[in-house]
Amino acid sequence: MAMNPPHSESPVLSVKDLCTVFSTRDGDIHAVNSVSFDLYAGEILGVVGESGSGKSVTMMSLLGLVPSPPANINGASVQFEGQDLLRATDRQLRQVRGGRIGFIFQDPMTSLNPVFTVGFQLSESLKRHLGMTRKEARSRSIELLELVGIPDAGRRISDFPHQFSGGMRQRVMIAMSLACDPSVLIADEPTTALDVTIQAQILELIRDLRHKLGMAIIWITHDLGVVAGIATRVLVMYAGQIVEHGRAEKLFANPSHPYTKALISTVPAVRGHRAKRLNSIEGQAPTLYAPPGFCPFSSRCANVFDRCRQEVPGRMQVSSGHDAACFLLEEQGHVATS
Amino acid sequence: MFDYTIRRTLLAIPTLLFISLILFLLLDLAPGDPTANLPLTIPPEVKEKIRLSLGLGEPLAIRYLLWLQQFFINEPLHYLTEITGWDLSGDRQRVLSWQSRSPVADVIAQRIPQTLWVVGMSYVVGVLIALPIGIISAYRQYSWFDQVGTFVSMIGFSVPTFFTGVLLIVVFSVELGWFPSIYDTTHVVEDWSSFVFQVKQMIMPTMVLALYNAAQISRFMRASMLDNLNQDFVRTARAKGLRESTVILVHVLRNSMIPVVTVIALGVPTVFGGAIITEQVFKVNGLGQLLITAIQANDIPMVQSLTFVFAILIVAFNLIADILYGVLDPRIRYD
Repeated sequence: MAMNPPHSESPVLSVKDLCTVFSTRDGDIHAVNSVSFDLYAGEILGVVGESGSGKSVTMMSLLGLVPSPPANINGASVQFEGQDLLRATDRQLRQVRGGRIGFIFQDPMTSLNPVFTVGFQLSESLKRHLGMTRKEARSRSIELLELVGIPDAGRRISDFPHQFSGGMRQRVMIAMSLACDPSVLIADEPTTALDVTIQAQILELIRDLRHKLGMAIIWITHDLGVVAGIATRVLVMYAGQIVEHGRAEKLFANPSHPYTKALISTVPAVRGHRAKRLNSIEGQAPTLYAPPGFCPFSSRCANVFDRCRQEVPGRMQVSSGHDAACFLLEEQGHVATS
Repeated sequence: MFDYTIRRTLLAIPTLLFISLILFLLLDLAPGDPTANLPLTIPPEVKEKIRLSLGLGEPLAIRYLLWLQQFFINEPLHYLTEITGWDLSGDRQRVLSWQSRSPVADVIAQRIPQTLWVVGMSYVVGVLIALPIGIISAYRQYSWFDQVGTFVSMIGFSVPTFFTGVLLIVVFSVELGWFPSIYDTTHVVEDWSSFVFQVKQMIMPTMVLALYNAAQISRFMRASMLDNLNQDFVRTARAKGLRESTVILVHVLRNSMIPVVTVIALGVPTVFGGAIITEQVFKVNGLGQLLITAIQANDIPMVQSLTFVFAILIVAFNLIADILYGVLDPRIRYD
């Protein structure tokens, strides 16, 4: 993936110190803690982390898609096309959702409404955001279905979701998210529910569409292989925090946070020496009841020392465009990113 | 879908014949004598002759087949004669009530308007109240609206209609004097003031039954909405930037209506037969009241015909519910 270094231009989406807290009967759950990142035009930002690490909640918080209450979203700012999404009204947010920012969800089996035709579901956002008439929306929907590679789109537009296979449904979801030519596409584990061959097809399709349409993509996954194959830059999340961030090739060549290292070591090697047992990371991810104030990985980290349990590590620069939140790096003389 | 409907309708015929047989046998098993209510001065041998004249001397099978012939052939032919004016029925015997000696079908036709006005209206009102309450209760789960709705539903569901009916009569007829306590069946609506009177006398029985129906249906609606509110496709709809009202009233509601429509359709037959107690309380002489008096008088042709009409309604609305299910849910195809 040879991309121009994107950092020269200004970001499409800029998130600063995003926090999401869920109030529950048992106490507050700090699901997203001070997450900051930028997204540049035309790049694919991979977001990896295990289940419950806050990947999806972060992205849904940006657009007010987490139910509130119980969720409480605050933070410094989320800049997108000249507006701060955290301070936008519901009405403005609805304009952005499905209009300027498209969403693809994990499970195409349940993410489409079973009682409406795919044509109806596609036209909805076209009518809503672009003010198209029914006829215009229909022909545009057919174009969109053709764009995502659904054969015989003109006929299939009046089919219901259950008449499509899993992979085809995910294509429909992609068509829906692309309907209004968004500048950002958020794909929340779009291939997790699909089998491997279909997964490869969907990956290829999205890569292809990005070249055609030039939007920026946030790709949420827990599959390191997928990220390595598609992402320009990678964010590694753990317990609601970004623990490492960097250009894909740098991050995989030189993982610097103990969690990233551990994560990469758990991927079973296909060629060469095969371990007898699968590697795993010892221990459990922390419950998120405790307010942040320590390194979230400290309970599982092999190199833990006292400071890890008392402070939240800042993000230290490993090399240009690669940083990780670990005190070990500070010990080694790396400096904090601005 | 059309094939399916035809097939189901044809299948309903043996089902209904079987039901009619069971009804006939049950009624025959039931103790009782149609002449028991006659004055004691009538000598037993005369009573025996009356019994024989009613056809009770014939064997069971003959009586059943005669009833079948009367109900399925003579009655429809008579009806055709009435609407076309051609003489199709000749002197064929219709099903006669043992009490009044008048044709059962005519008596039922006389009673249907009262039942439809009061019980039917209460069902419509009940559904119209229940749906919004169910939707709002689910959308604002555990809000004060939901809590109050749940409480009222509990009351409507658990307090019997003979209690709420009498309570309303005491409060609104006896104490306040707003509404008549007895439903006047002979009342004819011909101008505005008689219409107002009709509405007034309908309000209490309608409300009693509507409360009961609404309690049930609103619970179904709420549960069904809650099932769908957290579905992934709702999140997708929101992610498309649709208005919240569109998300709820198009995407969630359409899915939630599928089981609720079934419940509503299956409840329609009870409109005709199920309001016996309320009809008694308010003296509405509808079908329920007709059935009760027929049972008390051992009027077997009347009981047999009425219960069989209820059976037809139940079978028909089962079919309607199934068809609506297929119409609302594209995943269900009956081909």
